[in-house]
Amino acid sequence: MAKARVKAPKTAAAGELVTIKTLVNHKMESGRRKDGDGNLIPRKIINAFTATFGGEEVISAKFEPAISTNPYFQFSFTVPATGDLVMQWTDDDGSTVEQTKTITVA
Amino acid sequence: MSLTRRNALALGSASFVVTLLPLNAFAASDETMAAIKSFTGGSAVSEGGISLTTPEIAENGNTVPIQFSASGAKRVMILADGNPTPGVGTFNFGELSDASGSTRIRLAGTQNVIALAEMADGSFAQVAKTVKVTIGGCGG
Amino acid sequence: MRITREDQIMKKFSRTLTCIFALSTIVSVAIADEDAELVINGELDISTKAAAPADSALDELISGWRFRTNETQALQMDDFDNPSFIFIEQGEDLYAKVDGSEGKSCASCHEDVASFKGLKSSLPRHNASTGKLDTMETLVNNCRTERMGAEPWKWSKGKMTAMTSLISLQSRGMAINVKVDGDAANAYELGKDLYYTRVGQLDMSCANCHEDNYGNMIRADHLSQGQINGFPTYRLKNAKMNSVHARFKGCMKNIRATPFKEGSDEFRALELYVASRGNGLSVESPSVRN
Repeated sequence: MAKARVKAPKTAAAGELVTIKTLVNHKMESGRRKDGDGNLIPRKIINAFTATFGGEEVISAKFEPAISTNPYFQFSFTVPATGDLVMQWTDDDGSTVEQTKTITVA
Repeated sequence: MSLTRRNALALGSASFVVTLLPLNAFAASDETMAAIKSFTGGSAVSEGGISLTTPEIAENGNTVPIQFSASGAKRVMILADGNPTPGVGTFNFGELSDASGSTRIRLAGTQNVIALAEMADGSFAQVAKTVKVTIGGCGG
Repeated sequence: MRITREDQIMKKFSRTLTCIFALSTIVSVAIADEDAELVINGELDISTKAAAPADSALDELISGWRFRTNETQALQMDDFDNPSFIFIEQGEDLYAKVDGSEGKSCASCHEDVASFKGLKSSLPRHNASTGKLDTMETLVNNCRTERMGAEPWKWSKGKMTAMTSLISLQSRGMAINVKVDGDAANAYELGKDLYYTRVGQLDMSCANCHEDNYGNMIRADHLSQGQINGFPTYRLKNAKMNSVHARFKGCMKNIRATPFKEGSDEFRALELYVASRGNGLSVESPSVRN
């Protein structure tokens, strides 16, 4: 089961650009590898990542098998006001991993 | 000047830049050109407005850190021209985003990594970097 | 002593090898930052160089971190960017998890994992009751089987490496200080012997690369001193934590030698000897290497 790690600031000034780092534990099986018997190991990757803040879309990404094992993604956005950064990763099999980080504007 | 490996690398990168212009004519695989066309809808692509940072030499093709930035862009697509399939990722940016990102990618061998951006005004920009990917000598 | 034809061929071979190594030093300048300093999370200073003791075969002790490219070095400078921490978290979960017939977890007896500070820097070490060397893996499995009533973990698989990564992290920044005299002397001598013995189809010893040619390139690999102060290490090559014995095994396979088994007396002795070559270097676990 994939597990997400997120590094986000707890507080920010209104209008401040903050950087978010994310790292998910996932094999990202490309579908091109073969097992010991020469059979192709089926593809199983995280194919999408979305992040919204205060309900507004910040980023929505499509990942291909060329993204490395344990996908790392760093992005930045401007914090308008206190809100929740909601992140979601979607696996090929439809399952999702979510994480929410609250950023407070004093 | 004797042709040391270091000089050869520098020469290699320099000569690539020359073949890059005009942009639409650089030597890329059919699949890469198709992916670019699909992204741009056939529109012209210019230089400038998008930056791409890659290592000169990738320590290991399994995990190559890259960083891109296209201030004001609506979306960015990353392609790896020498991979079995060129697609690496596509990133759509909302208003709050600064249209930049960092990630780690797999590169099958020495090749060009291409970053394309659709800017706010609907125009397209492109940048490409050559990454040397080596097979280790004695990786254990 | 008669110089045989074999000696002459060997001499020529190693001279040629030295030539190849020498020619490729030029490339190493372009890709690795051997003068960089390692500061983790902007605050933890790790010394990646140390003075070699008087009797050392090396001029200076240099951590493997120094031989990697700037990008790889950067991965270790931040505990978030360092992919090892995925596995550290797994180790934390395992540490708290009840396992085995006795209904205990590691935490039941050991409480805070921080209590293991100073362990990694002193391993491997002689065990008076078994007469063998203990490594972190043997200590973990000993606890599991003798005190938890749980199944032992495989030496280099995910659960063990997650746990040894977590425990090793507790000693990060401390100087490696393994004992090589007294009861450990025999194992030390065996390890030293193995280090300098040529093996395999390629007929090479650890020393040929890691003592005679560190800093040079072997094809596309930038040779390090083969220090283990950063183990377990996250290798970009396999995107997971790697144990010392797994690494030894890989190296031997590259020389086309039949590797010793993980957990064998030979590898434990070699681990002690190699650790001692780094006495004075800081523990960097969990590190990031190629």
